[in-house]
Amino acid sequence: MTTRDLVFTAVGVVTALSALLSVTTKHVVHAALWLLVSLGSLAGAYLVLGQELVGLVQLLVYVGAIVVLVLFALMLTRAPIGPHAEIDTPWWQRVAGALLGAATTVLLGSLLLPLFSGATADLDTPTTTTPEVAQAVFGTWVWPFELLSVLLLVALIGAFAVSRLVLHREGAEDRRPVTAGAPAGERR
Amino acid sequence: MSDLSPWLEVVLRAVAVLAAFLVLPLLVGQTEHKVMAHMQGRLGPMYAGGFHGWAQLVADGVKFVQKEDITPARADRWVFRLAPFVALIPYLVALAVIPLSPRVVGADVDASVVLVLAVIGVGIIGTLMAGWASANKYSLLGAMRAAAQLVSYELPMVLAVASVALAAGTLSLVGIAEAWNPWWLVWQLPGAVVFLVAALAELQRPPFDMPLADSEIVFGAFTEYTGLRFAFFLLAEYAGIVVMSLLFAVLYLGGWSGPLEEWLGWLWTLLKGFLVAVVVIWLRVSWPRMREDQLQRLAWMWLVPMALFQLALTAVGVVVHP
Repeated sequence: MTTRDLVFTAVGVVTALSALLSVTTKHVVHAALWLLVSLGSLAGAYLVLGQELVGLVQLLVYVGAIVVLVLFALMLTRAPIGPHAEIDTPWWQRVAGALLGAATTVLLGSLLLPLFSGATADLDTPTTTTPEVAQAVFGTWVWPFELLSVLLLVALIGAFAVSRLVLHREGAEDRRPVTAGAPAGERR
Repeated sequence: MSDLSPWLEVVLRAVAVLAAFLVLPLLVGQTEHKVMAHMQGRLGPMYAGGFHGWAQLVADGVKFVQKEDITPARADRWVFRLAPFVALIPYLVALAVIPLSPRVVGADVDASVVLVLAVIGVGIIGTLMAGWASANKYSLLGAMRAAAQLVSYELPMVLAVASVALAAGTLSLVGIAEAWNPWWLVWQLPGAVVFLVAALAELQRPPFDMPLADSEIVFGAFTEYTGLRFAFFLLAEYAGIVVMSLLFAVLYLGGWSGPLEEWLGWLWTLLKGFLVAVVVIWLRVSWPRMREDQLQRLAWMWLVPMALFQLALTAVGVVVHP
């Protein structure tokens, strides 16, 4: 066991435990905070494996933006302090969730473990991987990358359209879109 | 320091970063007292201790330590107590990778500019935790405003920094400052303006202090905090000023480039950063607070297009004159 193995194990255990806690806790906001710990320590796992850029982007995108949005949305709607019976799930849903999670784990494990069981990587000679990642994303994989960005753009425009959608009902023809002309922040 | 054993070197570097983290924000705080006092004719900060009110900061510190540490009865205890540290620690990490000169740097990381942006984005979670766990509607409102503000201003900031990284052809802060030349002052000017405004907004400093607006929501997310925990939030704000100012100096003002940069490089970076910090204080004194919708409009209608324009300008420059 090298130091790197020890650190990796520790980070992995933290990731797994906080992920478990985030789906089992009965406090909504605590679930989001545990998710944050889980995603953050996953970034740590990438760092230990020598993939600096992937780890940092994980931190920037998931911890710094996505979970902040999750917390934001939670607190805007309903986020009581303490456990809340109303937003609890029935037992069959929990069983189904546990089964699905276990099945996915087994599937991924049986697929990935044989595939990469013999693979080795030299982590002790420091290499600059950032240009390689850039080369791969914008060279080899540029078309999938561009397609993904178009997909995200479509989703963005769709969300914008839905947020301005006005449902016309009988006797309410004169309703105007209340948000027309307002900047994004005012609708929050 | 290559002849020392690696562990000793790590410890020494950590201690040096911690010392800088404890001294520089206090220096900025003291400067703010004095600059504000002079600009606005405030008498209080010029009184304590005699000459020029030098002891005002010490008095503040003593006051914070004396106060009782209160956790509200209906608050979420652990989240409430943890929040100040979540707000503070990201700036400590950021300070560790900002170079004062190629040799004076806490930890030389390959993609340091991404690291700084990533950890600065984490700081907001402390504010969100504080606002939610306080069980106080003013706190929650303040946290909501802070989150909305940070999500909006993070984008132009990342775009502005991306433009600098593109111009230098590297993600390392040391590399960026070494690629800098005086022409960047013109070439990267729109980006620099965007960065400065977005940094002010991320720090929630006036004129972007809507999340704290004391005339409407008491003190935002920090309403229920007292004593040392409150002081930690303040320390996080001043550490944020230090980090942003040094970052601005390294990205846009060439960091350590100046006369005798072999020996005095770190001093030039510090001086340039200090100058930016004074500008940040100056802006606080001279601008009124912006309303929430004005704040969002500024980010989306002005800063994002400006940052995109800067990105295009940089790309053209890099392609035409490599």
